Amino acid sequence: MKNFEISGNKDTRSGFGQGLLEAGQKNDNIVALCADLTGSLQMQHFQGAYPDRFIQAGISEANMMSMAAGLATGGKIPFTGTFANFSTGRVYDQIRQSIAYSHKNVKICASHAGLTLGEDGATHQILEDLGLMKMLPGMTVINPCDYNQTKAATLAIADFDGPCYLRFGRPKWPVFTPENQTFEIGKALMLNEGKDVTIFATGHLVWKAIEAGHILAERGIDVEIINIHTIKPLDKEAILNSARKTRCVVTAEEHQMNGGLGDSVAQVLALNLPTPMEMVAVNDSFGESGTPAQLMAKYHIDTPDVVAAVERAMVRKV
Amino acid sequence: MGETQVMANTEELKTIATQVRRDIVRMVHAVSSGHPGGSLGCADYFTALFFTIMKHDPSNFTMEAKDQDVFYLSNGHISPVYYSVLARNGYFPVSELSSFRKLNTRLQGHPATHEGLEGIRVATGSLGQGFSVAVGHAKQKKMDGDDGLVYVVTGDGELQEGQIWEAAMFAPHNKLDNMIVAVDFNNAQIDGSTLDIMGFDELGNKFAAFGWEVLYMDGNNMDDILKTNAEAKAKLGNGKPVVIIMKTEMGQGVDYMMGSHAWHGKAPNDELLEKALNQLPETHLGDY
Repeated sequence: MKNFEISGNKDTRSGFGQGLLEAGQKNDNIVALCADLTGSLQMQHFQGAYPDRFIQAGISEANMMSMAAGLATGGKIPFTGTFANFSTGRVYDQIRQSIAYSHKNVKICASHAGLTLGEDGATHQILEDLGLMKMLPGMTVINPCDYNQTKAATLAIADFDGPCYLRFGRPKWPVFTPENQTFEIGKALMLNEGKDVTIFATGHLVWKAIEAGHILAERGIDVEIINIHTIKPLDKEAILNSARKTRCVVTAEEHQMNGGLGDSVAQVLALNLPTPMEMVAVNDSFGESGTPAQLMAKYHIDTPDVVAAVERAMVRKV
Repeated sequence: MGETQVMANTEELKTIATQVRRDIVRMVHAVSSGHPGGSLGCADYFTALFFTIMKHDPSNFTMEAKDQDVFYLSNGHISPVYYSVLARNGYFPVSELSSFRKLNTRLQGHPATHEGLEGIRVATGSLGQGFSVAVGHAKQKKMDGDDGLVYVVTGDGELQEGQIWEAAMFAPHNKLDNMIVAVDFNNAQIDGSTLDIMGFDELGNKFAAFGWEVLYMDGNNMDDILKTNAEAKAKLGNGKPVVIIMKTEMGQGVDYMMGSHAWHGKAPNDELLEKALNQLPETHLGDY
């Protein structure tokens, strides 16, 4: 099992903030809208550098999303910023009609996703956003794993023509992917080659998969770890190639089991290459207040849960 | 930029509006569905907008509409009047009106960009959103120093959507004095009279309190439409967006459709179509 050097602990939202600033430097057409959460989204860097291209929408997310569609119609590349909950569930119909169906070049940037939001509790801990967004025809859905990758993803969606959903989070998290990496939308990343089992992980759970990989290596299990940073379009080829080799798979994500990455991988496998599979995800439950570490443990999306899922999958392997 | 608009005179505008009304009832009759009531009520305003008021280029449609005026229909269900006026203006062939609501059409039940119909900039139908999209486009034009204007039509029942008031707050705060919103105040929605369902006393004052310039207009009187829009344009550029409370009669031009909300979303049968067409004599423009 490969060792991954941690260059520090940083929040993925800060990667977004830096990425947005740099994207703004590169392209004058980029504008940013925020619904009263500028600091939380780390959009103050863009706001400070480009005050005339920053639009304070107030606490009016529905209007913000539809306005973004109008700005895009006029030729701008709007990035909207608010919490993941208010970026999706609260404004689903606005996204569906004004952005997705109308195919507007809007970048929906969503912070504080999942349980790792922590103490604010279940009202804000959306665990359904990936499912909501991936169901929309034509929507690109991205969930990067650390600061560097989130920054790279922000730059990548700025250059991509079409509606995108970019999900990131609040907690400081190990930074282990390369600085100034190139982000290829829709391309799964091989992190560790192995032969016994594949872990397909996304977002914060990629690091948990790596931790699990080390524990499993000590137990003599050779784990392949693949970072699925793009939930849609899904890299089917990478999934099938790995499953063909290891013949059992585990998915890991900070999301509901219903509608998440696991569902997407299961669909690819069921239709093409039925393979024993286990899912690490929140199982049809809301979250609650607590620290991120406590919540990941309680809701079974922590390192030991990935290890246990791998062992269950290995037993089912034929 | 080729402005292909011929500044039609009032009599000619009335003639066009009559042809548009014929199109509307024929379109909804052909598929036994659609929304004739509001479409007929707005036929005069749409005709005036597209044939004389707006600066636009039907032969060279672009999403961005740089330095041109743009139009957004927020209450997308009155798509028949929108399609008829677009076609009669030259955005797409008049013959295409016969495909309205049929399989594989570009003229979807509610307006959409998905099939690439010229003249449509965003899908509308789920109410409240088109207004905000228009505000976004108005903001872009301001940011880019584009002198084109943004025109919007919204329903009166549609004002019950909370999102409308989010946009109504944003536009004056951001000094979007490049937009003219017309509220189709026909006092009718699906379940009955708008004022009975969710009455808004002093609608104009509500907008005024949000920071809008407010005008009132008889939306079925061509002279008043032209006069009020000239006033509206004169008020632009002073830091405030303009709203026109546009009194219309649902079903205007077809006697049995007027005076109630019954024909909001119902198509006439063969017999009633004939009755309607008898009240709307065919014009020199000809049926599609």
